[in-house]
Amino acid sequence: MNTWANIKTIAKRELGAYFTSPLAYVFIVIFLLLCGFFTFMVGGFFERGEASLVRPFFDWHPWFYLFLVPAVGMRLWAEERRVGTLELLLTMPITSWQAIVGKFLASWLFLGLALALTFPVVVTVNYLGSPDNGVILSGYIGSWLMAGAYLAISCITSAMTRTQVVSFIISVVACLFLILAGFPPVVRMLEGWASPWFVDAITSFSVITHFEGFQKGVLDSRDVLFFLSIIGFSLFSTSVILRGHRAG
Amino acid sequence: MFFAGKIRDGIQFTTASGVAISTSLSVRNGAQEMIKVENLTKLFGTKRAVDGVSFSVERGEVLGFLGPNGAGKSTTMRMITGFIPPSGGRVSVGGFDVAENPIPAKRLIGYLPENAPAYTDMTVSGFLNFAAEIRGLRGDAKKKAVGRAVEMCFLTTVLHQSVETLSKGYRHRTCFAQSILHDPDVLVLDEPTDGLDPNQKHEVRSLIRRMGETKAIIFSTHILEEVDAACSRAIIIDRGKIVANGTPQELRRKSEWSGAVTLCVKGVAAPAVSAKLYQVPFVNRVSVVEEKEGRVVVSVFPKANAGANRELARAIGEAAHDWQIEQLQTEEGRLDDVFRSITMPDTVKEGAK
Repeated sequence: MNTWANIKTIAKRELGAYFTSPLAYVFIVIFLLLCGFFTFMVGGFFERGEASLVRPFFDWHPWFYLFLVPAVGMRLWAEERRVGTLELLLTMPITSWQAIVGKFLASWLFLGLALALTFPVVVTVNYLGSPDNGVILSGYIGSWLMAGAYLAISCITSAMTRTQVVSFIISVVACLFLILAGFPPVVRMLEGWASPWFVDAITSFSVITHFEGFQKGVLDSRDVLFFLSIIGFSLFSTSVILRGHRAG
Repeated sequence: MFFAGKIRDGIQFTTASGVAISTSLSVRNGAQEMIKVENLTKLFGTKRAVDGVSFSVERGEVLGFLGPNGAGKSTTMRMITGFIPPSGGRVSVGGFDVAENPIPAKRLIGYLPENAPAYTDMTVSGFLNFAAEIRGLRGDAKKKAVGRAVEMCFLTTVLHQSVETLSKGYRHRTCFAQSILHDPDVLVLDEPTDGLDPNQKHEVRSLIRRMGETKAIIFSTHILEEVDAACSRAIIIDRGKIVANGTPQELRRKSEWSGAVTLCVKGVAAPAVSAKLYQVPFVNRVSVVEEKEGRVVVSVFPKANAGANRELARAIGEAAHDWQIEQLQTEEGRLDDVFRSITMPDTVKEGAK
């Protein structure tokens, strides 16, 4: 009860902080422009002649998020440490978990809002044909979970440093690894020299592998669990790092 | 049935919000120790930033925390407020161990960190409302608390301004307002007057003194006059250790100047004055401050165990009765002198290395 009240207060403040700075508006505009451009121009939405969003729309999301999500997450803790408000926040009568979860939820909700604003694409495809809206919904759920996983990784890197740029670069590299581990060209290269179980082990770490199920309209609990466990593990690591800083 | 009712009462008491429990506890404690620090130690690598510090602060007491830069003042305060865990020792606030039971302990504390951080992307009123909410205040209580803090810290004119655009003094007061928002029993203030102009400094000092009547306050400072202006007790800390602890008067007595007499006479030569004064009992040293236009100003330092300093003044007055005395004054002792004599030798040694 009290826990949720604290988390809510922190999340509310954090969301407010996004919208008082230009960050939120810049992010949303760029994300929507990218989505529109890649879906209709590069993804060949019209040329495909099928009422589906899988290839032209969702396929690009892991790559958009690669740069956009670390940009949202980089300030989460780095800024608090730089300005010194971390000391204020952690001497308030809240646990560091409540602060971590509150800040994460705020950013995740923000990403969810940006994602929800791509609804004109859904409207378009429904206007032009009759797509399977269940598949589209599951794609959106998967996309949001994937964004959460990226964001949680950005949380760790943000807690590691006072400098937002350093945080951004490290989390881009970490997220790139999670993409490339299941990126078809990389997988094909691995198959050339590694044994199948090793390739399996590597690809099972990839967000692309786990996002694929959602794109097909399959809500596999293993895929959901994969993203949730990345989030859980990353937030736990964040708390360990924060405690480490305080212990000196 | 009666028994069951009793049990339910008991449960209700224990499940009541932490605030209720802590208030009742602090009331029960009355004038007892609100902050208790025992053998507190903090290691950064191999450096002992704080080394076996012990003290306690009671309700109604204002403790001044003095010491050169890097002495461990801020580190000690951060351990009291639970921001960093100690390497050894214990801190309890209002009876709650800060390490084991941090949430109820933190509820009792208002904290102004060094450099007074505040969320720069918020307005003053947004920031204070956030702080009030996280302290568990809602609705009317929140409104009242914020209004009171704003009034006490003179923030009304900048209430809807972004913290980023504030001058240093206003930003400082915004963070200060945050620390007194929930009317805490314990206030920990790290350099509360840093960066304020003289008027604001005066204001903050009198605010601290006023609040110190009902709270336990600990504040750090470099400015020695603040100790006189606001503290009921002072601790001098140097390189992680407490080197002096007492009321400002007690500390001042450690000064060479304590009990010293300043004498200004006319129409006598300086050597004659000092020769005569050396024959007065209790006198340890006579130093000529100034000799100008026939006036001689000397400072007479008593022996360490001279005791009652009025006697020294009287004895000097008798010895000098055939000179023309313009001024005869007993010094109370100087805090900056005590501060320097306690902390200086080490600092100098450190610098020479």
